[in-house]
Amino acid sequence: MGTLKVRIWRGTESGDFQAFEVPREESQTVLDVVTYVQRHLDPALAYRFACRVGMCGSCAMTVNGQSRWTCRTHVSKVAEDGRLEIAPLHNLPVIRDLVTDMSEFFDKWAKVQGRFIGTRTRHDEFESVSPASADRQQVDAAIECIGCGVCYSACDVVSWNPDYAGPAALNRAWTLVKDVRDAATLERLRAVAGDAGANACHTHMSCTDRCPKQISPTAGIAGLKREIAKAALKGKL
Amino acid sequence: MSARTQVFLWIGQRASAAVLALCVLVHLCTIVYAVRGGLSAAEILARTQGNVAWLAFYTVFVFAVAVHVPIGLRAILSEWVGWRDGSRDLALWVFGAVLAVMGIRAVFGVFG
Repeated sequence: MGTLKVRIWRGTESGDFQAFEVPREESQTVLDVVTYVQRHLDPALAYRFACRVGMCGSCAMTVNGQSRWTCRTHVSKVAEDGRLEIAPLHNLPVIRDLVTDMSEFFDKWAKVQGRFIGTRTRHDEFESVSPASADRQQVDAAIECIGCGVCYSACDVVSWNPDYAGPAALNRAWTLVKDVRDAATLERLRAVAGDAGANACHTHMSCTDRCPKQISPTAGIAGLKREIAKAALKGKL
Repeated sequence: MSARTQVFLWIGQRASAAVLALCVLVHLCTIVYAVRGGLSAAEILARTQGNVAWLAFYTVFVFAVAVHVPIGLRAILSEWVGWRDGSRDLALWVFGAVLAVMGIRAVFGVFG
């Protein structure tokens, strides 16, 4: 099937692309290409992966300029004239080669109160939540995030405003705001309000365009803006 | 600046945008109507002088601009220039006040 001409980022924040030639295979993914380079051409290449089936969210990289999950991205879909340029995600510090430091990405989830705070104990009955209820349907539309960082890498506002929480953290906050069992809505709205939160979103929709799980963080952020505005006008913020 | 104040700026910008959408539409329609037979200062002044309705309309227009523009510039200055501290907000308060004063001066200039 011929060969692929692959350029892979080497170094940290400073560095350069290194060229490799990789045999083309049927149903080959971009992660397969990177793995081939590390196993056969340069064992020092640093990259991150775990599940290989689109569940863990650890293998996201920039492929020909766009952030993607590489384990579920077929070469046939993204190669341009048999060429691939593979770089680390944008908007995150590069540790080495294709590995980014995702600390700030996950720290921001904590900052927006991205954890469930319930009121019931193990001795209480389960709360019954109808899958057909409007709130639960909005949660379901946003809940499948795998934390891959593709949206964060694609977001212009993150690149302009380093304090901005980013689409993934705000999407997580939205799923909790709409969760009827959660007891910390107001604290969460306070945490996501203002210049570092939902109000900074310009609705460019790059996150929605790029999310490999077809989630629309933009819709969640718009929902947060509405809830924040309501709370502010009621004097609760 | 507190997050609460930032939220009220956000609400202020959306609300002023809604007002401006209507004002700009009325303003543009008036222009198209007014220039159909040529345009002169005398013709404009004949329409606006002593007319309380136009005075009220353009006063609302000016205040909507004075609210909307500085808040928009605030985001542009933070994101594109990296100017984020209190001096930016102070400068924008002054800029908004200048817009309001100049605008109102012009409105009264064509009213009186």
